[in-house]
Amino acid sequence: MSTLQPAALPESVNDKTIAEPPESVKPRRRRKTAAGEAARAISSPWASGTAIVIAILWTIPTFGLLVTSFREQRAINTSGWWTAFGDPSAWTLENYRQALAPGTSASLSQYFINTVVITIPAVMLPIFLATLAAYAFAWMPFPGRDALFVAVFALQIVPLQVALIPLLSIYTERLGFGASYWSVWLSHTIFALPLATFLIHNFMRELPGELMEAARVDGAGHVTIFFKILLPLLTPAIAAFGIFQFLWVWNDLLVSLVFLGGTPDVAPITVRVAELSGSRGSAWYLLSAGAFIAMIVPVVVFLALQRYFVRGLLAGGLKG
Amino acid sequence: MAQRTLTTGGKGAVARVPIDPPARHTGDTADTDVGGSFTLYNGSSGTFLPVKEGNDVMATVKFDQASRIYPGNDTPSVDRLDIDVADGEFLVLVGPSGCGKSTSLRMLAGLEEVNDGKIWIGDRDVTDLSPKDRDVAMVFQNYALYPHMTVADNMGFALKIAGVDKGEIRKRVQEAAGILDLTDYLERKPKALSGGQRQRVAMGRAIVRSPQVFLMDEPLSNLDAKLRVQTRTQIASLQRRLGVTTVYVTHDQIEAMTMGDRIALLKDGILQQCATPREMYDRPNNVFVAGFIGSPAMNLVSVPVTEDGVQFGSHRLHVDRSLLGSSGNEVIVGMRPEDVEVTTNEDGLELIVDVVEELGADAYVYATPANPDIRLEGVGDDALAKPFIARVDGRRVPDKGSKIFVYPNPDHMHVFDKESGARLG
Repeated sequence: MSTLQPAALPESVNDKTIAEPPESVKPRRRRKTAAGEAARAISSPWASGTAIVIAILWTIPTFGLLVTSFREQRAINTSGWWTAFGDPSAWTLENYRQALAPGTSASLSQYFINTVVITIPAVMLPIFLATLAAYAFAWMPFPGRDALFVAVFALQIVPLQVALIPLLSIYTERLGFGASYWSVWLSHTIFALPLATFLIHNFMRELPGELMEAARVDGAGHVTIFFKILLPLLTPAIAAFGIFQFLWVWNDLLVSLVFLGGTPDVAPITVRVAELSGSRGSAWYLLSAGAFIAMIVPVVVFLALQRYFVRGLLAGGLKG
Repeated sequence: MAQRTLTTGGKGAVARVPIDPPARHTGDTADTDVGGSFTLYNGSSGTFLPVKEGNDVMATVKFDQASRIYPGNDTPSVDRLDIDVADGEFLVLVGPSGCGKSTSLRMLAGLEEVNDGKIWIGDRDVTDLSPKDRDVAMVFQNYALYPHMTVADNMGFALKIAGVDKGEIRKRVQEAAGILDLTDYLERKPKALSGGQRQRVAMGRAIVRSPQVFLMDEPLSNLDAKLRVQTRTQIASLQRRLGVTTVYVTHDQIEAMTMGDRIALLKDGILQQCATPREMYDRPNNVFVAGFIGSPAMNLVSVPVTEDGVQFGSHRLHVDRSLLGSSGNEVIVGMRPEDVEVTTNEDGLELIVDVVEELGADAYVYATPANPDIRLEGVGDDALAKPFIARVDGRRVPDKGSKIFVYPNPDHMHVFDKESGARLG
């Protein structure tokens, strides 16, 4: 996924959270040699030390942003964030209060709600369609299935930037969506479907076919098999893809900016945060607080679902 | 047979009766009225599980010239299969791997298309019905338990789909669990069960439905040897007790011999013989059946034909000429290891002893012909290395490397055509 992050600063946080478990990533690269080799690599003090150093380096800018968000506007403009520790009087919650206060022109709360409204359907819709498509590709023989599957996955090659303007013209001229949620819901779904179908299909293919046959003999049709047998077993794959898609949609700036512009009643928080730093670069104090407000939900979601995430990536082992 | 009384919810007397007489159901004698005081039962209503009303049709199975050709293959995987399975019968489909036995079973289940011919269950033509409309239950080789459901949910799944009410499902699951000794595990997930328990859950899933036909696809192959032997007996006796028509697939001829009322032996998709285990053993239809059934396998030797019989080494065997009429200069003579006469007199086929396997009461002698031109016929790829096997008294065994002479017991020898492999006489 070509990721266009909303702002430079939150990016470091997201990358940090994804890159955080290098202990488990690094040995996987060496799996070629042997399992024992990998086990030794995990416990190697050098690997652990390197991982910790990298983790600290990646976290520092984010930490600086966090400190900044609690400093007074005056202090931010005159000194670096590391000086804040020597000057406790400059600490304040005023930035957050202003950023969240309803009614003011700088308020982020409406945008925050917009982001939630955009994100939830934009995650559910591709998952729903992709699991259905993956089921057909995996377990229903029909003529041309393989060719069609390759074609669907090949769509992944098309950069989404190429599709933006044609889509916009279809939405506004043909469908009359204008700047409504529908345009982003649909666009995110369209862009996510190839990868989602591919991932879920591969996972589904790994499930033993005997399960489906047993269910068929037990009297289940396609619908029952899909909802009662496959969907529960697909939870790790769906959760893994769900996290990807959630982070991508939540942090998306490009798609929203193109289809929704800055319209306050539909634009997401990323658009607003970008505006804070861009159109009025003086509002640094609001930007730092806004970035953290925008960031808090993805971090919580990621931490809550990361066990599925890891399981989803290692999902081949489910058999039996 | 038409006067079958349904024993719905049949507990008590009727229910437990079939446990005692493990009478082998063989075709039309299947429903002998035991002692006259009990209700007749058939495949479906003989269970002591509650049974669907109106399910008193004969649960026979009939393959009528059924064929399956996989797309892209020239030769059929199952070639015009003709088998009749009687109501309540336990039929075993057996054969080497790739012989089409599993395909045949899957055709019956509806999981495999039937390209030609028909399949009947009772008086219904099920050839084009989907699996769910066939009223069959299947036990899979890898059990195919639903990993996310508890044992109870696994067993009740089919009933739940069929819309049976919850109390009824629970009752039937409890009863099946009782039969299979699974009551303590009903709330567990499959992953918390041992292999044997999983196997029983798979059985339970089939039993709960009280279907017209049980289909079992090598259900024992994932168990260890000891458990396999135990479970083999349990399945066979359970089937007699429930009286449900069963088609069972295995590649293991011992399983086939011990479990089946009748055995159908397939090779390359073609039915070789379908008969009772005794008949398969005593009167194999052709060389393949002779070599496949029985362990250790039957000895098969090509021998020249003489005026009044065949020449077996230096021993002359009398065989009715009229039987040999159509065959050429040579025929194949077969004898089971227990039907071999072993002597040290120069009478018979000369062999050199390779190995002696002592089993206590008996011993098996593995020997090779002293004359390297004489080849033992055999089934499969190991034909070249195939030794001659004879069973001898455990107290009088020949030494390794010694010379012995053998000839078949004339009352228990089999003669096959050299070309076609078909039985003569």
